Amino acid sequence: MSKQKDLPNPPAREPGANGDGLRVIGVSRRRVDARAKVTGQTRFADDISLPRMAHCKLLRSPHPHARIRKIDVSRALAHPGVHLVLTGKDLPIEYGILPVSQDEQALCLDHVRHVGDPVAAVIAREELTAFEASDLIEVEYEILATISDPEEAIATPEPRIHDYGDEGNIHKRVSLEFGDVERGFAEADEIFEDIFFYQGSTHLPIEQHAAVAIKDPEGKLTIWSSTQTPHYLHRALSKVLEMSAAHIRVIATPNGGGFGGKSDPFNHELVVAKAALMLDRPVKICLTREEVFYCHRGRHPVLMKFKTGVKKDGTITGMHLQTLIDGGAYGSYGVASTFYTGALQTTTYHIPRYRFQGCRTFTNKPPCGPKRGHGTPQPRFGQEVQLDKIAEKLKIDPAELRLRIVESSDAVTANFLRLGTVGLGECIRRVVKSSGWNEKFRKLPEGRGLGLACSAYLTGAGLPIYWNKMPHSGVQLKLDRGGGVTIFCGATEIGQGSDDVLAAIVAEVLGVTTFDIRVYTGDTDLGPVDLGSYSSRVTLMAGNAAIQAAERAKAMLAEAVALRLEVPKERLRFADNRVFDGTAAEKRVTFQEAVCLAEARFGTIGTVGSYTPPKSPALYKGGGVGPSPTYSYSAAVIEVEVNSVTGWITVPKVWIAHDIGRALNPALARGQVEGSVYMGLGEALMEEQEFRRLPKKLSHALVHKFPSILEYKSPTSLDMPDVVAELIEEPDPRGPFGAKEVGQGPLLPVMPAVANAVYDAVGVRVDEVPITPEKVMKALAEKKAGRAARFGPDHFPQVNWPEALRVPPPWEGGDGNAVNDVPRPPKPRAAKEKALRS
Amino acid sequence: MATLPIESQRTAQIRITLNGEETDVSFAPYKTLLEVLREDLGHTGTKHGCELGECGACAVLLDGKAVLSCLVLALECDRRNVLTVEGLGADGNLHPLQDAFADLGAAQCGYCTPAILVTAKALLDQNPHPNRNQIREAISGNLCRCTGYLQIFEAVEEAVLKIAELSKRAT
Repeated sequence: MSKQKDLPNPPAREPGANGDGLRVIGVSRRRVDARAKVTGQTRFADDISLPRMAHCKLLRSPHPHARIRKIDVSRALAHPGVHLVLTGKDLPIEYGILPVSQDEQALCLDHVRHVGDPVAAVIAREELTAFEASDLIEVEYEILATISDPEEAIATPEPRIHDYGDEGNIHKRVSLEFGDVERGFAEADEIFEDIFFYQGSTHLPIEQHAAVAIKDPEGKLTIWSSTQTPHYLHRALSKVLEMSAAHIRVIATPNGGGFGGKSDPFNHELVVAKAALMLDRPVKICLTREEVFYCHRGRHPVLMKFKTGVKKDGTITGMHLQTLIDGGAYGSYGVASTFYTGALQTTTYHIPRYRFQGCRTFTNKPPCGPKRGHGTPQPRFGQEVQLDKIAEKLKIDPAELRLRIVESSDAVTANFLRLGTVGLGECIRRVVKSSGWNEKFRKLPEGRGLGLACSAYLTGAGLPIYWNKMPHSGVQLKLDRGGGVTIFCGATEIGQGSDDVLAAIVAEVLGVTTFDIRVYTGDTDLGPVDLGSYSSRVTLMAGNAAIQAAERAKAMLAEAVALRLEVPKERLRFADNRVFDGTAAEKRVTFQEAVCLAEARFGTIGTVGSYTPPKSPALYKGGGVGPSPTYSYSAAVIEVEVNSVTGWITVPKVWIAHDIGRALNPALARGQVEGSVYMGLGEALMEEQEFRRLPKKLSHALVHKFPSILEYKSPTSLDMPDVVAELIEEPDPRGPFGAKEVGQGPLLPVMPAVANAVYDAVGVRVDEVPITPEKVMKALAEKKAGRAARFGPDHFPQVNWPEALRVPPPWEGGDGNAVNDVPRPPKPRAAKEKALRS
Repeated sequence: MATLPIESQRTAQIRITLNGEETDVSFAPYKTLLEVLREDLGHTGTKHGCELGECGACAVLLDGKAVLSCLVLALECDRRNVLTVEGLGADGNLHPLQDAFADLGAAQCGYCTPAILVTAKALLDQNPHPNRNQIREAISGNLCRCTGYLQIFEAVEEAVLKIAELSKRAT
């Protein structure tokens, strides 16, 4: 047994190792919550067990699309051990993550829209009893026609899956044009048109969703849940339960993996909350793995058409992107996802004119939503694979081509996104060097190949989901006489290390260690609002709020210590748990003494900090999607070996460079990069959320093809290649200590880099993910037959696009206003909701 | 049967050595070792991700061998030795594997961590100097969605060195 390091976070091992006098920031450290995790003491939602606790099971629809004619729960209610049975009429108020798509009911009232939609809930003494009793509920369904994919959704306006949306079963259509794209194409030397398909995939967090609710001793509601967004769950609970948010406490337990899959308010959370209030006893639910697959909210399947005009030297003259998106049965984040499929195309390379048309349809499948990269990996895949084709046609090295057209720092793009620092060029140069690109690309023996791809990602959504002027993140700090520092913040720890980010920043500013700090997060009662762990926003936003709170505390301590030591406060330094004169270190007090001096002078020491992102550079807001305080950049080179007999793809090595601004804890940052590469390889090679129809003599339902971990293939430790991960650190002034995001961006270049490598290896294009052996074999057969050496979609269906909102780009004098205006349709949803309430 | 209150279903009883301590437990006879550990013994360090033997999150050591506790009936464990993450450390100190996992970023969300730790311990007990391929092989039944496994491999390798150093010091 080791004798020493039983401290969860020993002091920085190499103080000042980062060269700028920082002692915590930039040093690889044991994260603040590491000890709890390696001892099994982290309390996840399903680890909570309370006296008198009852258990909940949901009865879910076996049909993909049906009207509920009748529900008879009498036999279930009479079953011994059953406390309560709830149905749709008990929780009729609609909710959803976005204000524009409040289209879910905790239990379906009269309409089920996918297999797995819940229709009733049984709350019983034991979980097994609840399960048994749910079998006794009799539901009479009237089966409706099923819409299984976007093309069918466009062609089949009736029956409607929802009674709102742009038309029939089309949820949302977007049409935007920044500059005259046709003129751009006219100026081009070459025009490239490509169609790509990106299959959906799911998050597969190892922790199944779980929640426990109680009516607390005062009669208020407390719920513990594995949620990434306690603030939005708070809002949904208040709305659906018709309770003041002030009487609801949401505690986000540490998530056992999120990846976007726990970002929506969920029906099971609302159900256990309602049941706990009615029964006045704790009620718990833990989803089965099959239920987690049906909850989904994962990657949208997207069909894409790219038309890109280029000059002979590679300069892009214009781009037209169309996306057709399979949304599944509910809105979820879908409107945002739709915008995201077109928002970030302009952030990597200079595109002077850009037209984007996106269309999301409803289908009778589990709803899609945000998965790591939210709506952007799909078009990034298409863009980066097309660029590889462009480079080949123009006879320019793909790395060289990208370096020529990389967008510059602080640029405002055609669609009015203001970039921060752009380290993409450096990322490309690094991976070219580390991978030996120049010696290997197009030079490896048949069957082996190298591919390059790049990407960018948001460091936090610039606009909140509910548009308002309040901060996106808040931090409260308490300093006590014992020298302890406590951080309170709504940020949610989903494994990414957000608690450690907060502790590291406060420790750095106050000159203490992270072990001196307690962090209370994810609790709506204890900490100020942080909007949640989505859009890679926490490090920058909660981090900046933490800096502000810590600097305010530091100023109070400095003033009190300056009086005591009789030195000007500007000369005081905070380090090693001391406050001392920077010119005469022997003049000092301990940190604890400093707190006491400050408390004597000012009273109780508590400070706050908040963060609000900068305003968009222009009036155009792109549906609230795209603007971010700054963007991260990544470039990856991936090597593959393709077996031309089996089509099997092996990935021996990945080189990736990520422009992170500054790595607050490099060990954790590298873990995010490697984890992103891992998840990206899963999407590139095997993961797919696929559906199949049961035989007609059964129910003919559209069911998940693989609702089990065994069949839903994801990479194991045997599949993971070596990864050479480099962090490019050019601090961005907008981030805390210069930091940008790292949790999502590094996933994005992986899929296109694999596709480009497969082409280098065996000369076939698979314009689709996942790139399975079967697809490789089909493309090789085409090649052998002398046809186009390609596997992928061959047509993009006709979509009735609305007239484009025409916004001239900044260089054409645009201020972000559209030169034409499209009238907005009225919103029938609000009226329906009102009717339901009354 | 299941409609009876759980208390009256606790008809099975076993004695196990749980993390070195003699432990008696009574439980409903249909329960798995995972359920008895978590629900009847309050040892929630062992996790579950599927309860079908697919994800590996529930691994514990049964007589020194890594097993998926969701596939083992508790009744089969009478008089046997069970080690969970709660029993890895000793004398108030973490096990070198735990130290290494904490220091090297091998635990991100930490949900698969307890199972990977005990699985790695079973490997090191059998083979004190595994190479990377042997480490890959040993934990190939434990899915981790966060780390991409590389920092887990590095942490096991670091623990190997630490354990060798400690045993050298002890002799």
